[in-house]
Amino acid sequence: MDNGVSKNALPTLLIEPGRGWAPLKLRDLWEYRDLLYFLTWRDIKVRYKQTALGAAWAIIQPLFTMLVFSLFFGGLAKVPSDGIPYSIFAYAALVPWIFFANGLSQSSNSLVGSAQLITKIYFPRLVIPISTVISGVVDFALAFLVLLVMMLYYGVVPTVNALWLPFFLLLALVASLGVGLWLSALNVEYRDVRYVVPFITQFWMFVTPIAYPSSLLSEPWRTLYGLNPMVGVVEGFRWALLGANTGPGPMIAVSSAASLMILISGAFYFKWMEKDLADVV
Amino acid sequence: MNDIAIRCEGLSKQYRIGMRGPYKTLRDTLTDAMYAPFRRVRSAFQGNGKPADGVDTIWALKDVSFEVKRGEIFGVIGRNGAGKSTLLKVLSRITEPTRGRAEIHGRVGSLLEVGTGFHPELTGRENIYLNGTIIGMKKAEVQHKFDEIVDFAEVEKFIDTPVKRYSSGMYLRLAFAVAAHLEPEVLIVDEILAVGDIAFQEKCLGKMTNVAKEGRAVLFASHNLPTVQHLCAGVILLRQGKTEAIGQPQDVIGLYLSEAANEGKVSLRGWTDRSTTGEARLLEVEIRNGQGDLTNRIPVGGSVSFVFRMEFYRPTADPTFGVIIHNTLGEPILDVRSHHSGFRPGRVSGQVIVRARIEKLGLYPGRYFLSPWISDSTAKRDIDYVKLCCALQVDPAPGPFGDLKLDSRWGKYWVQSDWQSNG
Repeated sequence: MDNGVSKNALPTLLIEPGRGWAPLKLRDLWEYRDLLYFLTWRDIKVRYKQTALGAAWAIIQPLFTMLVFSLFFGGLAKVPSDGIPYSIFAYAALVPWIFFANGLSQSSNSLVGSAQLITKIYFPRLVIPISTVISGVVDFALAFLVLLVMMLYYGVVPTVNALWLPFFLLLALVASLGVGLWLSALNVEYRDVRYVVPFITQFWMFVTPIAYPSSLLSEPWRTLYGLNPMVGVVEGFRWALLGANTGPGPMIAVSSAASLMILISGAFYFKWMEKDLADVV
Repeated sequence: MNDIAIRCEGLSKQYRIGMRGPYKTLRDTLTDAMYAPFRRVRSAFQGNGKPADGVDTIWALKDVSFEVKRGEIFGVIGRNGAGKSTLLKVLSRITEPTRGRAEIHGRVGSLLEVGTGFHPELTGRENIYLNGTIIGMKKAEVQHKFDEIVDFAEVEKFIDTPVKRYSSGMYLRLAFAVAAHLEPEVLIVDEILAVGDIAFQEKCLGKMTNVAKEGRAVLFASHNLPTVQHLCAGVILLRQGKTEAIGQPQDVIGLYLSEAANEGKVSLRGWTDRSTTGEARLLEVEIRNGQGDLTNRIPVGGSVSFVFRMEFYRPTADPTFGVIIHNTLGEPILDVRSHHSGFRPGRVSGQVIVRARIEKLGLYPGRYFLSPWISDSTAKRDIDYVKLCCALQVDPAPGPFGDLKLDSRWGKYWVQSDWQSNG
């Protein structure tokens, strides 16, 4: 039998107590990319198999939130919407927001939920929250289809700016994963984190310009507002798709930097906690 | 090129046995942080450097060193809680050692469980891919071996059925099949052969032997002493986390069994190597010879009584009792059980004494070990099963036909037989 490994090139594995901050070992993560693929695929498959409404859930959540927002904020409170019909203004923000919020809450529970795997087999633990967040992309795509239909209905023609959309989706993914890494690692050690998560997402939604535009703020506050990574994502979506006057600028740069910071710090914290993971989970 | 596959040096693992359970809450941490300065002051006055927060530690593994060569199957034995699983977990990188180091040369695959990550909603095909990549195979590797795995598991017809509809046998076979096709240079296996039917177990053992023949190394933890004896080139015996012995299987297994009490009356109260549900507990075993004397030496063909003292913590209807008699390899030789003799005690609770008498115990001379047990009325669900806890010595003795030369190479059990000839 041969499996492509020659006898004198055997890798040597050292097992030692870890000291201080652990390196991220991204190479190890790359080695396990097939596992990442199958875990993501399992999450998607199982989600749509187990729920009665299946794929419809991905649409119902943003659609109904949009209806409520349009009725109360757009209709009754007359919240400004940068000159765009309010319902599509809100929906274009809700689609990436719900992707972010679901990714965050699911990944923060992912480690505890995978205790069975973690205590029985080795693999880079980062695979678990990453696959959870990525699997949310399917829900995102379904909700996005509805957004396209709405654009058709309101006669909104996307410009070439729409090419930036993948970047903004990536930004939402990075932010979601970054916060998810922090929370999932904290959740292993402090189980009350899962009670905090719904509060965090609710609070975060109100400090993100979903029901209102960020143009209500004047500079330099608007740029500072970008410290909330979702501000950049949401306004980026509106700019790329609806032509809102919130194009790439200092605010989005600040949001990108903030997301990256959260992701990197989250990954290191996660790695640091990883060594005790199997003992406490 | 050296031929060492695994080398451990002083491997140790310490666990905290906190009083608060496995995880903290934010509140605990916050209150801890508040009180910590006061505690430090107090302990400074008391003058001991120990942390005063009531955290106890235990060494699940202490200074374990050994080497496994390429092409060798190496066994790990020990009683429950001796550190076998901890050793395997450290070497599988599931948990980090507290001290010491280990080197493993070659790609490591570990099977501490079969079917890790199996999802009931997914089909057999989907689970093969999922489980395969979880235990460390590449997608292409699973693809390549897919037909082989399905063949091995004998589930062709149901490959596109969700595994929640599988019988437990099929489920296990599929899980084993994936595991058996993992081909790392170093394989770490925990007791997984203890389940599944005999034919399938043998198939898996054969697979493991092949792995060793191909020059890979296997580290194998097991309770199944005959298998260890049969497969392993070397064995380590762990006891309370420490190395009790390393060496040839026969010697180490002998040492392991010698932990069993060597008296006519054995208390089982402190015996931890047992699987128990907590509904009842065996407290004591007595062995008596034909004259009713307490002794664990019985002549061949002599009669013997076992007296089991036990306590039922909840009323139980018609429990069954039994004792398995093992030889020095740990192989079960005699299966003595109450319901095979039609004994039904009715509803029992509290302290109970059960006696079993065997006339003419025909075991060949040698040392034997007893595993007494209590089970439910169907004898399918063990309530308390105490493993290899006491020794029984069968001595050569003149039988009804004179001094028989009974050599255990030719047989294990003597029965009286009638012979005739037409000449």
